Amino acid sequence: MSAGLLYALAGAALFAFGVAGLILRSHPLRKILAFNVMGSGAFLVLVGLGQRDGTADPVPQAMVLTGIVVSIAATALALALARRQREHGNDKEERDA
Amino acid sequence: MLDPLPWLILLPLFWATLAFVRGPGRGGRLAVAGLLLQLALAGGLARQVAGEGERVYAVGGWGAPLGIDLAVDGLSAVMLLLAQAVALPLAVYARAYYAAHEEGARYFWPLAGALLAAMNALFLAADVFNLYVTLELLGLAAVGLVAASGGAGPVTAALRYLMATLLGSGAYLLGVALLYGAYGSVSLSILAPLLGADAPLAVFLAAALMLLGLMLKTALFPFHFWLPPAHGGAPAPVSALLSALVVKASFYLILRLWLDLFAPLATVAAAQLLGLLGAAAILWGSLMALAQTRLKMLVAYSTVAQIGYLFLLFPLATDTGSVASASAIQGGVMQALSHGLAKAAMFAAAGTVILSLGRDDIARLGGVSSRLPLTLFTFALAGVTLMGLPPSGGFTAKWLLMSSAMHSGQWGWVVVMILGGLLAAAYVFKVLRQAFLPVEAGTQFKPVPRLLEWPAFLLALASLLLGLRAGEVLGLLGAG
Amino acid sequence: MGEGLGVRDGRGVVSVTVNETLPLLVLASSLIPGLVIFSLPEERHGLRRAFNLTGAVLKLLFIAIMLWGVLHGESYVFRYSVLPGLELVFKADALALLFVTLSAVLWFFTTLYAIGYLEGSPHRSRFFGFFSLCVTATVGVAMAGNLFTFFVFYELLTLSTYPLVVHRGTPAALRAGGVYLAYTLTGGAVLLAGVVWLYGLLGQVEFTQGGVASTLGPEYAGQLRMIFFLLIAGLGVKAALVPLHGWLPQAMVAPAPVSALLHAVAVVKAGAFGIVRVVYEVYGVEFAQSLSLLVPLAVVASLTIVWGSLRALFQDDLKRRLAYSTISQVSYIALGVALFGPVGTLGGIVHLVHQGIMKITLFFCAGNYAETLGIHKVSDMDGVGWRMPWTTAAFTIGALGMIGVPPLAGFISKWYLGLGALEAGMPWVLAVLAVSTLLNAAYFLPILHRAWFRPQTAPWPAENIPMKNGRETAWLLLLPPLVTAAATLLVGLFAASPLSPLDWAKLVAAREYLNWAP
Repeated sequence: MSAGLLYALAGAALFAFGVAGLILRSHPLRKILAFNVMGSGAFLVLVGLGQRDGTADPVPQAMVLTGIVVSIAATALALALARRQREHGNDKEERDA
Repeated sequence: MLDPLPWLILLPLFWATLAFVRGPGRGGRLAVAGLLLQLALAGGLARQVAGEGERVYAVGGWGAPLGIDLAVDGLSAVMLLLAQAVALPLAVYARAYYAAHEEGARYFWPLAGALLAAMNALFLAADVFNLYVTLELLGLAAVGLVAASGGAGPVTAALRYLMATLLGSGAYLLGVALLYGAYGSVSLSILAPLLGADAPLAVFLAAALMLLGLMLKTALFPFHFWLPPAHGGAPAPVSALLSALVVKASFYLILRLWLDLFAPLATVAAAQLLGLLGAAAILWGSLMALAQTRLKMLVAYSTVAQIGYLFLLFPLATDTGSVASASAIQGGVMQALSHGLAKAAMFAAAGTVILSLGRDDIARLGGVSSRLPLTLFTFALAGVTLMGLPPSGGFTAKWLLMSSAMHSGQWGWVVVMILGGLLAAAYVFKVLRQAFLPVEAGTQFKPVPRLLEWPAFLLALASLLLGLRAGEVLGLLGAG
Repeated sequence: MGEGLGVRDGRGVVSVTVNETLPLLVLASSLIPGLVIFSLPEERHGLRRAFNLTGAVLKLLFIAIMLWGVLHGESYVFRYSVLPGLELVFKADALALLFVTLSAVLWFFTTLYAIGYLEGSPHRSRFFGFFSLCVTATVGVAMAGNLFTFFVFYELLTLSTYPLVVHRGTPAALRAGGVYLAYTLTGGAVLLAGVVWLYGLLGQVEFTQGGVASTLGPEYAGQLRMIFFLLIAGLGVKAALVPLHGWLPQAMVAPAPVSALLHAVAVVKAGAFGIVRVVYEVYGVEFAQSLSLLVPLAVVASLTIVWGSLRALFQDDLKRRLAYSTISQVSYIALGVALFGPVGTLGGIVHLVHQGIMKITLFFCAGNYAETLGIHKVSDMDGVGWRMPWTTAAFTIGALGMIGVPPLAGFISKWYLGLGALEAGMPWVLAVLAVSTLLNAAYFLPILHRAWFRPQTAPWPAENIPMKNGRETAWLLLLPPLVTAAATLLVGLFAASPLSPLDWAKLVAAREYLNWAP
């Protein structure tokens, strides 16, 4: 098994964990973390499968960079919203934590 | 003359940035001016595509694979035209709306600009990765708009919407990764000829992931849970933008992938499943709409139902190249267009009623017919499209879908469409009949500016007249 | 006038000639006033009246030109392609003109009546706006040149009448509106299924003498029977065929001019007219006979005739009694259509006109009683003939016409229907006609007896318009029923003269049965 495939499989596993967390967890912060795990998994698959004959392919690297920027923006938005929701005194969420 | 391809993306970014710089709540006039220009560009582009067929634009002169290509064909030209044609009257409406109702006005214009830039870029994107980026940006801008009014309800709805949209685009991204792994390219035009029924399992997996992610973003039953609170809770101009356009963007993407990329992989069973989900959406969404007591929630559930019609095209279009398949695709696109116009009009009209009446209780709409006749008329005209009655665009869409079902012998869908139309009539008239009641004692109708009523009316009228000009629209769709 | 004002656009002579624009002008002469009236402020009564009447007069004028033209061999067709292979077609053929003329003439008088009737009531801009749209839809139904166009305007008619039915905004009106919509929209949906199905088989369903369905092979007989069922069920809702008639008695809560419109000019007529079109020009009467579709239709129509009359017998509410009477009378049209043979056709088609004139008279009069004296019930009508002699005279003519007393309009219809039944070999229909006539007499004569021969026993329920200078009610309310009552008499007396409804119906029948000369 090539190193690339190993990365991809690990990425797939991460993705699955992330999805499970996103769906099963109710606390916003955990959801946001889960989303990041999921995103990293997808990036890992992209980079892992993108290797041809052991040499790195620049195109998926560039794509992953773009993807990271997007997911940081998404994380920031999610955090801002989660904080806003907390400010609105949503006690239920706090109890769950 | 500006080249429409890059400028349809740059212009909204430009006015969004300026609006942001000028400070909270400012920039509406600029946006209207920008949208006028965008509409002209989209119109010019449509004419160009109708005449000369599809075309590609290499951003910065780099060209794929290093650079980014933009591409336009009949389908994307039609969608671009829809987006600008809906956004322009809505911008005029939004200016009047936020002048009367400040809540949520702060970042409306920058976010709306970003939304349109992302959407236009999505319609023009030529590779699956850029589609991901634009899809994600579109989702983020939409979530921002939902949260903009800042109340506890909208923020919770926005967070839920955000998680759904992130999950959807995450699944899509994994699909992109698998595709790239299999073929070493993300370009639609390079991938299309490579895909065949003998594709590796990873590609089938990729297709399934991408489709699932997009279904979640399109709010197809049973993934519609996030839509009603997000669309129903946002300020009216935002609800209108989201219901009319944003869900259509991810539907466009499904259609594009299904037709251009995954056609050889598509099985009858998968198509039937999509159709069944669509049928369930029509029936469930309509019944839920009928059960609502609040006006905007009713309209939001009606979106869930109307999205269902879009997915009926897949089982009808399985026999590629046949008459039935062609008219199914035409019917689906026609439904996307007419629902876009009508739903924008309907949310805008609902917003006007709520602004004037100060509440959105369906049971207490008495007097709307005499105090806000134009707005009620707008609601009714939009309702005609949703019911699929002639001569509206919604009727043309249903006619095409029904003819297709007749031609391919799939009777069941006809029954679903007829039931859906009757249920739509039930929920539309549930609103209209209350409006004919006399004014409730103690109710004050706040006067509303004309700029609030007329843009919505024009949108509704457009959705109605679309049915009479369907030939041209479908001609454009067929070009390129 | 055939050459018209050809417009050139570089590719040769294009479409717009006078002969093509006339059908459009007939539509526009009520559509445009309607749209303008919507935008008029409530208090601009004079302007609104001017638009209404100008539109109504212009429409009559355009129709007169077309009548003249059709008699002289002109044809008036307008086509507009909605989709490839799907056209909106307006065609003024003999049958279309019969219905168009009826509705335009009656519209004119109903407009006059409505202006008088709604004097001083709120929301008149809305009312007259939808009123005009409703007539536009009716004219569209009449001139539809293919099944698709017919369906488009048939649905438009549903939508434009709803606001009129619920106009008063009372809970009863809203309930009636709901029932009306539930029936008509479901009917429309069933009709749509039939229409799409037929288009799927035929590609085009142009109304053609002799029908187009017969071009399909015998293997399609089963499908064609099912489509026929769908079409007739869809149309039967508006035509109030039993058991699809439930909405009509409810809808009588609407203001009297609306009832007049529903019962005589527009809605039930559109349904009946649709049945005529489907049997003669989609299926072709001979083909329909060969599929054995006509006898079931005759049976349903006969049941409706008897059932409607029976129910009418037990209604004390005057408008309700008239509503059940409509259910019964409109089915004469369907019955005539179902009688295979030219004479039956003649009876059915001529009744399309006659029923309209008679029934509108009765509804005008019922409106006058309600508006002037607050009389809604038959039991309150004792002696009303002496308080309102002109109205009651008009009512009497209408009622006697409905019973079929010669030489009034209804007699002509029944005469030809009876002959047609014999010609078609269905003598049992004569029994239906006889029973129906007896029942008609049984529910109309007591009203006449009360009005003329019984003394007033109690004060009028609500005398809104007092007797002034010997005038029993407002002249705008009185004029229309007098005119239509006179017409009831005249179309019967002069049935044999050229251009009478009967004469025109002969023209239509002669075209459907090519080797028949009246």
